[in-house]
Amino acid sequence: MPGLTRELVALRTARELPEGAVVNLGIGLPTEVAGFLPEGRLVLFQAENGILGYGGISDADYDPDRINAGGQPVDLLPGASFFDSASSFAMIRGGHVDVAVLGGLQVSERGDLANWFVPERGGGSVGGAMDLAVGARRLIVAMAHTTRDGAPRIVSECSYPLTAPRCVDLIVTDLAVIEVMPEGLLLRELAPGVSAEEVQAATEPRLALAGDLREMAL
Amino acid sequence: MVATVYETPDDALEGVGDGATVMVGGFVSAGSPSHLILALKRRGTKDLTAIANNIGLGDKLDELCEQRQLRKMIASFAIRASGGRRSRFEELYHAGEVELELVPQGTLAERIRAGGAGIGGFLTRTGLGTPLAEGKQELELGGERYLLERPLRADVALIRAQRADRLGNLVYREAGRNFNPVMATAADLVICEVEEIVEPGELDPERIGTPAAYVDRLVRCDPIEVRWSG
Repeated sequence: MPGLTRELVALRTARELPEGAVVNLGIGLPTEVAGFLPEGRLVLFQAENGILGYGGISDADYDPDRINAGGQPVDLLPGASFFDSASSFAMIRGGHVDVAVLGGLQVSERGDLANWFVPERGGGSVGGAMDLAVGARRLIVAMAHTTRDGAPRIVSECSYPLTAPRCVDLIVTDLAVIEVMPEGLLLRELAPGVSAEEVQAATEPRLALAGDLREMAL
Repeated sequence: MVATVYETPDDALEGVGDGATVMVGGFVSAGSPSHLILALKRRGTKDLTAIANNIGLGDKLDELCEQRQLRKMIASFAIRASGGRRSRFEELYHAGEVELELVPQGTLAERIRAGGAGIGGFLTRTGLGTPLAEGKQELELGGERYLLERPLRADVALIRAQRADRLGNLVYREAGRNFNPVMATAADLVICEVEEIVEPGELDPERIGTPAAYVDRLVRCDPIEVRWSG
């Protein structure tokens, strides 16, 4: 089945970030979203280790004090600020982050998120994921639609330990854009060349089809 | 009390004993008190409970696992879900030889803040409905459910700032702040390494990140490069 590359998932996700928003990007694929902002859009990226207003990943020499939460060196944009961890999570928990984009291992049809612990590998670490899942005003999960073995990651019930229950608003995958509605999952957009039947076959719970279901504009 | 300046990081750890609870500031490379951690390693202090954001991501804290100096780790990031080369801490953890209390990063920061601010606990929605809520009291207030989180304090905090004056006023640099300012408030003995120590009056009072009241000991050290190896 054709599907989006990681870069195109990041690009499609970047379109969800509104002008003027404060946005936190999780480790992994979400980090790449910073590189795909539409031309001229002002967004303040928050790194929970204490930066508001970083740009992208920096090519400059490694500065140990200027990293994002994934340890990558970052550029500062005009208007950037620094703060300590307690202030950073006051910003997150207190609802001052407009959008968080996190990676996912599983998302349930109610919008439960599991993204920090892999039982078969015997481990995982939580970092700031639970605080972001609870505190961000809007939570987007950007992830591969299925596991490497083809098993659905969008499931009826998460089998992995939760990051938070009922927290996900939108799921962007290599196959589709799916909104979490009070009554269940709504298929809004399809990746080019992918059918609604193919997305449903790769998804455990039933998907409702949006009245204006369309191909993703990339 | 105002701070005392020590000559070496080893001298600055005078009196830190076996069984101590030690907070360690830093977020991987940023603001990590690497000299003080390495001095703690040389000192050979055992049965430590360490409280830090992370261990085993290229930080020097992982080196305390070489001689098994840690009994317990309290952190938000310690065990990777992915494969790859294991840190020393991960080796000990998977062998059942060190205890881990995993704490969400914001809850960790706020528990330390509460410990330093004389607050008996706080209520948060973070962690509700997850394995990290196990053993914690849940409360319902105003129609909202919360977890009761208790404060954290330590015998010693090892922190880093960029500059200090002799009294112990600290100036941080960029994202080198992270856990350092809250940890400075939450330990009985606060030891800070800095790149430069100046006379009182030479730091801009508007730029002080941690006032001198919180800092007990200072030591001047050139930075050690730490690279993320997640």
